[in-house]
Amino acid sequence: MTWIGDNLGLIWEQLREHIYLAIIPVILGLIISVPLGYVATRYSWLANPLIAFGGLLYSLPSIALFIVIPAVLGTKVLSTINIIVALTIYTVSLLIRNVIDGLRSVPPDVRQSAIAVGYGSMHRLIAVDLPIAVPVIFAGLRVVTVANISMVSVGAVIGIGGLGELFTLGFQKDFLTPVVVGVVLSLALALVADLILVSLQRVLTPWARVSTPVAEVA
Amino acid sequence: MIEFEDVTKQYPDGTVAVDKLSLRIPSNQITVFVGPSGCGKTTSLRMINRTIERTGGTISIDGEDINGKDPVTLRRGIGYVIQNAGLFPHKTVVDNVATVPKLLGWDKRKAHSTAMELLERVGLDIKLAERYPAQLSGGQQQRVGVARALAADPAVMLMDEPFSAVDPIVRHQLQEELLRLQRDIGKTIVFVTHDIDEAIKLGDNVAVLQVGGKLAQFAPPAELLGEPADDFVRGFVGQDRGYRALTFVHPEELPVQPVPDELALKDGVPVGWKNGSGELLPLGAVFKRGDSLRAALDAVLTSPTGCGICVDDEGKAVGVIDQAGVAEALRS
Repeated sequence: MTWIGDNLGLIWEQLREHIYLAIIPVILGLIISVPLGYVATRYSWLANPLIAFGGLLYSLPSIALFIVIPAVLGTKVLSTINIIVALTIYTVSLLIRNVIDGLRSVPPDVRQSAIAVGYGSMHRLIAVDLPIAVPVIFAGLRVVTVANISMVSVGAVIGIGGLGELFTLGFQKDFLTPVVVGVVLSLALALVADLILVSLQRVLTPWARVSTPVAEVA
Repeated sequence: MIEFEDVTKQYPDGTVAVDKLSLRIPSNQITVFVGPSGCGKTTSLRMINRTIERTGGTISIDGEDINGKDPVTLRRGIGYVIQNAGLFPHKTVVDNVATVPKLLGWDKRKAHSTAMELLERVGLDIKLAERYPAQLSGGQQQRVGVARALAADPAVMLMDEPFSAVDPIVRHQLQEELLRLQRDIGKTIVFVTHDIDEAIKLGDNVAVLQVGGKLAQFAPPAELLGEPADDFVRGFVGQDRGYRALTFVHPEELPVQPVPDELALKDGVPVGWKNGSGELLPLGAVFKRGDSLRAALDAVLTSPTGCGICVDDEGKAVGVIDQAGVAEALRS
């Protein structure tokens, strides 16, 4: 326990890095997935190849990706950009399916009436299609967020891994406390992030919780 | 007036959905497009707001070619109601109705108050204004759909089978209310249905289309039933067209006889027919003074005694008519 007290600064530093490394890719991935998914629903022949390609990307081993990226991007091996790029690729590869499914979940008659009342196509995406896709997109966001939080630790292998670095530390010194702290904080972080996403979704979709039709009167 | 001139829709695969359709849709009236599935009625309707683009001919509204306008601007000026209403599930009822005013950049408060007025106007309990569409019945949703279409006070309203997904009783109510509403607002309404009865009931004019998008006949309903243009129209308006045509016969004065003693009344309102053993037989249909001959005949046919009961606006019996009386009115 004294180790924890003595290293609060280090733990706090690694936790902050962990959050940063996990969350930035989720945000970037969302920003990339939405237009990509939109294009895939407009040109529907693109959707299946994109989803398949996403699946392929996701199956790449993360360690390989962390090591290959510096070579491809020319970044330094110890740059956080490597982790962020790798996790963004994972986020997009998972989220693209949810964005496409979400946009497809807009009922045809709703889409038809959105066009007919005079929404332009961009306006329709923002005001009608995306809000209706929120529940499906958020299901994906929750999965990638938790996956990213666990995957950041793998980055410790190449020296940047947030809480994962506590594992390295513990193993090197054959000392369990940092490992336990790392595991507990990772779990807590995943739990808190998921709670935040669920709450955000509830705020964004008050309409999705109602399902009590009043008695059938015209 | 909406004018179709040689309007054609051919799909890339060669299918012709609408073939050189020419007709004039008069302003401030209800014009119904009716026909079997595949006759191009919905396609014709959607070409008016350019949600489907035609491949030939011109469509103009009040003399102005619709292609001269940006489609989005054009659509904001045309109300649109579809089957199942197509309400935005993520918006409250009142926000759904305020959609077009907001798109047009109206002041928020004005858009909201206009929406509330319209909800009342289409007969929706305004307590439902803050609910979401999923909380409403099919009939209520369709009322909201009509209110949304009318929100920015467009001159033209397009209705694509709006009442075909609700049950017959609700459909009947919605039809009656559309007619009532139209008496107040006098919009140019184009209404698509596959149901000839609905077409006859609602239309000031009915365009009968046949498969392949050809216009078979364009006429007021009475003329359609009385003088069908060809075998297709004759077949489509059905075996009962003679009976249906009675809807448009409103005899000045039916030969009504005084109320007989056998008719049991309560405060003047008929409650049943007395038979010999003192039991009450149920009433059939009743008709009002000024109703069509169809209503009178229906009352005669459904009455257990063969006498149809004529009532006044308060439901009080004013007389009866028998088969001979109806036959006499038919002859004249």
